[in-house]
Amino acid sequence: MTVPISYYLVLAAILFSIGVASFLIKRNIITIFMSIELMLNAVNLTFVAFAHMWHQITGQIFVFFVMVVAAAEAAVGLAIIIAIFRTRQTLNVDQVNLLKN
Amino acid sequence: MPADYLWLIPLLPFAGFLINGTLGRRLPRALVSAVALIPTFLSACLWIWLWFTMKADGAPESVHSVATLFGNSWIAISGFHADFALTVGFLIHLYSVGYMAYEEGYWRFFAYLNLFMFFMLVLVLAANFLLLFVGWEGVGLASYLLIGFYFKKDSAANAGKKAFVVNRIGDFGFLLAMFLLIAHFGSLDFSTVFASIAAHPEWHGGPAFSLLHPDPNTFLTAIALLLVVGAAGKSAQIPLYVWLPDAMEGPTPVSALIHAATMVTAGIYMVARTHTIFDRSPYALGVVAIIGAATAIFAACIGMVQHDIKRVLAYSTVSQLGYMFLACGVGAYTAGIFHLLTHAFFKALLFLSAGSVIHALSGEQDMRLMGGLRKRIPVTFWTMTMGVFAISGIPPLAGFFSKDEILFRAFVSPNPIGKLLWLVGLVTAGMTSFYMFRLWFKTFFGAERFEEHHDAHGHGDHGHGGVHESPLVMTLPLMVLALLSIIGGWVGVPAALGGHDEIGAFLEPVLANGVQVTEVVSHSTELGLVAASVLVALLGLFIAYVLYYKKPGTAASYAQRFPALYRIFENKFYVDEIYQAVIVTPLLMFSRLILGGLIDGGLVNGSGYTAGASARGLGSLVRRVQSGNIRSYAGWLALGAAAVIAVMIFGHSLWMN
Repeated sequence: MTVPISYYLVLAAILFSIGVASFLIKRNIITIFMSIELMLNAVNLTFVAFAHMWHQITGQIFVFFVMVVAAAEAAVGLAIIIAIFRTRQTLNVDQVNLLKN
Repeated sequence: MPADYLWLIPLLPFAGFLINGTLGRRLPRALVSAVALIPTFLSACLWIWLWFTMKADGAPESVHSVATLFGNSWIAISGFHADFALTVGFLIHLYSVGYMAYEEGYWRFFAYLNLFMFFMLVLVLAANFLLLFVGWEGVGLASYLLIGFYFKKDSAANAGKKAFVVNRIGDFGFLLAMFLLIAHFGSLDFSTVFASIAAHPEWHGGPAFSLLHPDPNTFLTAIALLLVVGAAGKSAQIPLYVWLPDAMEGPTPVSALIHAATMVTAGIYMVARTHTIFDRSPYALGVVAIIGAATAIFAACIGMVQHDIKRVLAYSTVSQLGYMFLACGVGAYTAGIFHLLTHAFFKALLFLSAGSVIHALSGEQDMRLMGGLRKRIPVTFWTMTMGVFAISGIPPLAGFFSKDEILFRAFVSPNPIGKLLWLVGLVTAGMTSFYMFRLWFKTFFGAERFEEHHDAHGHGDHGHGGVHESPLVMTLPLMVLALLSIIGGWVGVPAALGGHDEIGAFLEPVLANGVQVTEVVSHSTELGLVAASVLVALLGLFIAYVLYYKKPGTAASYAQRFPALYRIFENKFYVDEIYQAVIVTPLLMFSRLILGGLIDGGLVNGSGYTAGASARGLGSLVRRVQSGNIRSYAGWLALGAAAVIAVMIFGHSLWMN
């Protein structure tokens, strides 16, 4: 038996929404960072699902690109987070507001 | 070629203006006077030299200067005007040195005076309408500056503005006339235009403003009437005369030079100069004559009851200008120019003597506060007497010959209302004589009604109080002008009185016109007319003598007997009030309410305000979006994305229905 495409899409939508919600609600930078990753992976899931459905390789290749970019982003982002923690002694985004006003 | 130096004549005073206008503030007074007087004197000398050289060459009618701008095919009349403008101008410059000696802004006064001389000479020497107009506007500017010379006084500043605005109305007519000239002739050059008129005898100007059968040949009437509008503005004719009496707010030498002798005659000069156009249009000539006669008698009525010595002279000027208009209107341009010449002499003399009287009384101008000055200021008295006799037309002084010539020409003119014009002129002559002798008696005879020491007035800082004769620098021009007022008319003694009418012969080649004297008049008729005008003048003298010398109280009792008439005269026929009510107030109301309030305040400002307010309101709304909180941005982003998705999914079905 095959799992219908809608299942994948609903799952991806739920994952994406959780990502968006936690991005908006959470104050910890690392959690925000993780919610971004969650949204990226939700999108990846739709890519793979559609690629399987249409028997096309393009979607899967796109997923690899997304993974590469996400990895690079994680490397740079974690470095920035460490630098922030070292200088400000906090990971709360609301307190990192030097450029505001 | 002496004519090559013609351009120097106007430019010399201009140089004086530049020097005094830029450096005058720092120069000592003596130097300022020298800078002002020497160029004027040099111009006058240069003019006399040119005049005689060209006369000797035998061809005075055609001169072309280097720039050809001042090229002058009509040298006789231009030169004539330039001649006395320079003579009178120089004498008044000289007089001003004494009159203005204790005034502030001495250098400014002389700078303006030189500027005026420059523009006046440009005006009279111009060989085309455009340059004439430049001079025309320029003298208007100088006049405005000099009327408002005491600009700290509100009345002077307002009088300057009034003169300027009223003159603009006239200038508008002049401008339209020039546009019509360009449209029909393609040129503004006097000689081109006149030659082209001469080449088209079919052009005539009847009263043909018929809309049903417009005659293309009658455009000359339109041009002539528009020129008359311009001339009426400059020469203070009905209905644009109101600025001239107010112009007396300026210093007295200015009243003498600009508002009596030279500038105000520019309109008459212009009509005479362009008489080729007027000759073709009997209709326009009739308008000129009627305006002139009406102005003459109208201003004389007002002049009879004024109390300010300068205002009497101002209304007398308006009246005499009306005379000149009348002369032009009956085609007697020579007589008009002749009267212009003699009037320049005696009116300049009268104003300067009045200035001397005012000077003696430390600024008093009200004749009710004068009297008995005969013994106190004898030189002024005798010179002014010459002026009064000259303007009243007592033979053999200057005014008699010129005025008589005008009356004679009006009487014999082919104009259907010529006799009526003559009668109006005659009555005006009697009134002129009356108010001038009234002025004379009130000022110089009777009881002394002045106070010995005025200090609060404009001349208060003299340092020597009391009534005093003016210095020689002021009385010398008076004497010269008095002499000219006596002998000035002798150049035009008509044949009936055993003369040769030299001025007529002199101006004949340039002012010969198409309006022929049809009626042949015998010398006896002419002598009868002469006798009539002399009698009228003597009658005026006699009435003034009785009313103001013999029985000084009678005038007041007569005034009480006809209170309405007297009040109308005294209030100048309420013309200023009528203009105020009919034109000025509605215009101001329109400007303030409609233009200022509705258009400017409502539309122009309103649109600006609305644009500003709407931008600000929108900004204050949209400002809330940019809170600086990254998460709210992200939230908006997510909401937007959700909205886009919602539209993409459900919107399709919405549109379809």
